[in-house]
Amino acid sequence: MNSVPLSHILFVSTALFFIGMYGLFTRRNMITMLMAIELILNSVNINFVVFNKYLYPDRLDGIFFTIFIITIAAAEAAIAIAIIINLYRSHRSIDVEKASEMKY
Amino acid sequence: MNASAIIFYIISAFILGAGLLAMTTRKIFRSAIWLLFSLVGIAALYFWLQVEFIAAVQIIVYVGGIVVLIIFSIFLTEQSGKEMPKQSITRTIASVLAVLCGFGLTYLQIWKYNFQPSSKNFDWSVAKIGSQMLNTTTGGFALPFEVVSLLLLAAMVGCIVIAMKPPKPTNGKAKEELMEKIKQEGEKELGITEISEV
Repeated sequence: MNSVPLSHILFVSTALFFIGMYGLFTRRNMITMLMAIELILNSVNINFVVFNKYLYPDRLDGIFFTIFIITIAAAEAAIAIAIIINLYRSHRSIDVEKASEMKY
Repeated sequence: MNASAIIFYIISAFILGAGLLAMTTRKIFRSAIWLLFSLVGIAALYFWLQVEFIAAVQIIVYVGGIVVLIIFSIFLTEQSGKEMPKQSITRTIASVLAVLCGFGLTYLQIWKYNFQPSSKNFDWSVAKIGSQMLNTTTGGFALPFEVVSLLLLAAMVGCIVIAMKPPKPTNGKAKEELMEKIKQEGEKELGITEISEV
């Protein structure tokens, strides 16, 4: 089973994290920024599960953290989308550059 | 290199390719669909790691819930076929440089660190997860479980409150007039002379 070294799996999760960071830097649309955050959270989940499986196989803490992170990500996505839809109603735009009323 | 390793490299290439396309394509609906593929690939990675429970949760919550929610919100806000405006070239270059430097530094640390994988077998079962989740003694996760349940309730109520249309403003005078009207109509229809406070 352990035919693939741990560092190769960590390569995938690190790359996924920085792909998400790239999306967060370049996108100015709130929904796509939310997608970037989902990718980042998923890369963290991969890390937790893999560390749990490879380094501490007699415990289950990584699995619990993954479950809690998935739950909180779902709640966060629902709240974010409610805010985005409300913002679209009042501003007719979901661009972060245009939502600058509370910035200064 | 055996079959298991080959499957792992195929899955990871799929995850990274779909994730990269989700973050670079300029049509927002395609971006959501690529995100869906990336999340399904991550579920496949969990299957490959033989943690089927997490894979099932991933498919149910992310693919069945969050991506559907994102697609709904795209339909409610944007024209889904429209292309997003192009970013300035300086911002793109700066982001690519920042991301590459960050990735290089992080992976260098991971590469140099000498992980010591345990030789034991990873034994988990849904029964084990469930009993530890509701265990109140040391090592149990009963308190976080309750806190998360409260958090979900608060998020649900918060979503409804935020997305609800604001109610029509009613000042005190209008309310009094309404009460008077109700009283009069009640007297007319039922022949009651006195009505208790509504």
